[in-house]
Amino acid sequence: MKKMSKSSRSAFINYGIVLLFYLVVQLFISQGRVSSSLMGQLVPICVYVIMALSLNLVVGISGELSLGHAGFMSVGAFTGVIVAMSLKNAVPAGVLRLIIAIVIGAAIAAVMGIVIGIPVLRLQGDYLAIVTLAFGEIIKNVLNCLYIGVDGHGLHFSMKDANSMNMEMDGTVILNGPIGAVGIQKLSSFTAGVVLLLLVLFYIQNLVNSRNGRAIKAIRDSRIAAEACGLNITEYKLKAFVTSAAIAGAAGALYALNYSTVVPKKFDFNTSILILVFVVLGGIGNLRGSMIAAALLTVLPELLRQFQDYRMLVYAIVLILVMLLTNNEEAKALVARISGRFRKSKAVQE
Amino acid sequence: MLTYLINGISLGSVYAIIALGYTMVYGIAKMLNFAHGDVIMVGGYMAFCATSYLGWPAIPSVLFSVLVCTVLGIVIERLAYKPLRNASSLAVLITAIGVSYFLQNTALLIWSSNPKAFPNLVSLPNLSVGSIQISSVAMVTVAACIIIMVGLTLFTDKTKMGKAMRAVSEDKGAAQLMGINVNGTISLTFAIGSGLAAIAGVLLCSAYPTLMPTTGAMPGIKAFTAAVFGGIGSIPGAMLGGILLGLIEIFGKAYISTQLSDAIVFAVLIIVLIVKPTGLLGKKVNEKV
Repeated sequence: MKKMSKSSRSAFINYGIVLLFYLVVQLFISQGRVSSSLMGQLVPICVYVIMALSLNLVVGISGELSLGHAGFMSVGAFTGVIVAMSLKNAVPAGVLRLIIAIVIGAAIAAVMGIVIGIPVLRLQGDYLAIVTLAFGEIIKNVLNCLYIGVDGHGLHFSMKDANSMNMEMDGTVILNGPIGAVGIQKLSSFTAGVVLLLLVLFYIQNLVNSRNGRAIKAIRDSRIAAEACGLNITEYKLKAFVTSAAIAGAAGALYALNYSTVVPKKFDFNTSILILVFVVLGGIGNLRGSMIAAALLTVLPELLRQFQDYRMLVYAIVLILVMLLTNNEEAKALVARISGRFRKSKAVQE
Repeated sequence: MLTYLINGISLGSVYAIIALGYTMVYGIAKMLNFAHGDVIMVGGYMAFCATSYLGWPAIPSVLFSVLVCTVLGIVIERLAYKPLRNASSLAVLITAIGVSYFLQNTALLIWSSNPKAFPNLVSLPNLSVGSIQISSVAMVTVAACIIIMVGLTLFTDKTKMGKAMRAVSEDKGAAQLMGINVNGTISLTFAIGSGLAAIAGVLLCSAYPTLMPTTGAMPGIKAFTAAVFGGIGSIPGAMLGGILLGLIEIFGKAYISTQLSDAIVFAVLIIVLIVKPTGLLGKKVNEKV
């Protein structure tokens, strides 16, 4: 076998993990061992893994803290729903409609990414974080009072209420303000989620190891040095930001088409934070880590169901403890000493 | 018009008090304390318990709430943030989010998610000037805000501990060499910030008398934007940012759209930050190579 570089070997391990996960889950499903609550979590797992990968591109690779990532997810989600519902008659095939919805969701989210990115990326550090947070809230707020419907003449918009759209009798309301989108036809499937995940993984891994990716990482490590080398800072930062927004939009469309109703409130600040938690717990800039963290933490509240009321409390405590154990120097030294002793005693036994 | 102005200043004063807590902690520990909003909620619940369950009068209940929150602030700092003093700022941020979840869910377990009706602690008569009624809560809020502002400015400018605080926020290492107890100073900052959060919690719940485990979340985020708006790390900045934010919110609600008022607040924030990236009263720090 030809010798592979370290980065491409790591990339293939990641594809392997995803495929293995898919096959194992399919095997369990065919044996009927997967509970219905876990079945319902399969598409969200894919969605959150994709979201974690997408945010890792901004936080890990580009080194900018974004607190409004759910906003892009939201844009993609509602665009996807609108596309899927208005093409109901034109494109009967569900899979094709899902693909179109995801592509257009990603495109609109990318446009939002450009609109937001150009002013925002001039700021740095905590200021950038707060502005992305503000944008996420604005998107949520605007979607909360936006009414969109479709009839024979095309799409109708209103900011007041559903009646003021002046639709024909046969028209259907797609987005109903704070109630959100209702009556969505379920198009997403676990297989579609895994396919999208593999595509995203392929794209991000190639991007990171490309000329663009190296430039983005150089800017993260030293903005001044990179600028002195002639890199256009804004251009590369914008590239990373917009790519990430587009991926989040695609994930949002996949997510929304998995449920019959979606409310704008779902994509609030807490969702952005949740995704950030995946990225930080998995290791900033580490794609595999954030994938595993996203999958585990999406399932964790389900697994903690036996604790019932205490499960979010346990989640919070686990989160704090993991952060303390992985980031405190004394704790790190302690863990290293214990694992060192463990290894030593194993060696003695052998 | 004038009523809106008064409501805006009153809401802004609450934001300003919360923002002061954010700004002080940020100035010293260089961290965004996301749990600050939930300390507000704890403060509200403590005052609620003291008056409703124990039947205490207003002033002792507020003092009780301040005391509990101060201790809570110190405990949070010692257990969760101090071990991460040298860790990356993102790690501290996530830990703060963990603390925030912890406080919210503990409150959910103790008091359930049903909203509690907050008792009226301010038993002063409303003031009427001409045709305008000024509610006593609004007057107390604004007065509390001014007192806190003046007190804090005097504290940081004149006292030894305040000077130590400013020294630590400028350079921790140098401050330590000068014989300042850095850990003690940081604890003190958290204590003051959390005590202020308790007062803000009581004032907020007096103006909007529903109390839930998530009560503190949105005012927390808004006060944080207020702190950034005014220039984070600056005490007068937090004050100015808070009051402006309150005014924008109330006027936006009154004249543009009730539902979009949050969007307007955040849009103004973005415009300010793009025009002046360090906030209204922030200091510009030159980049060194």
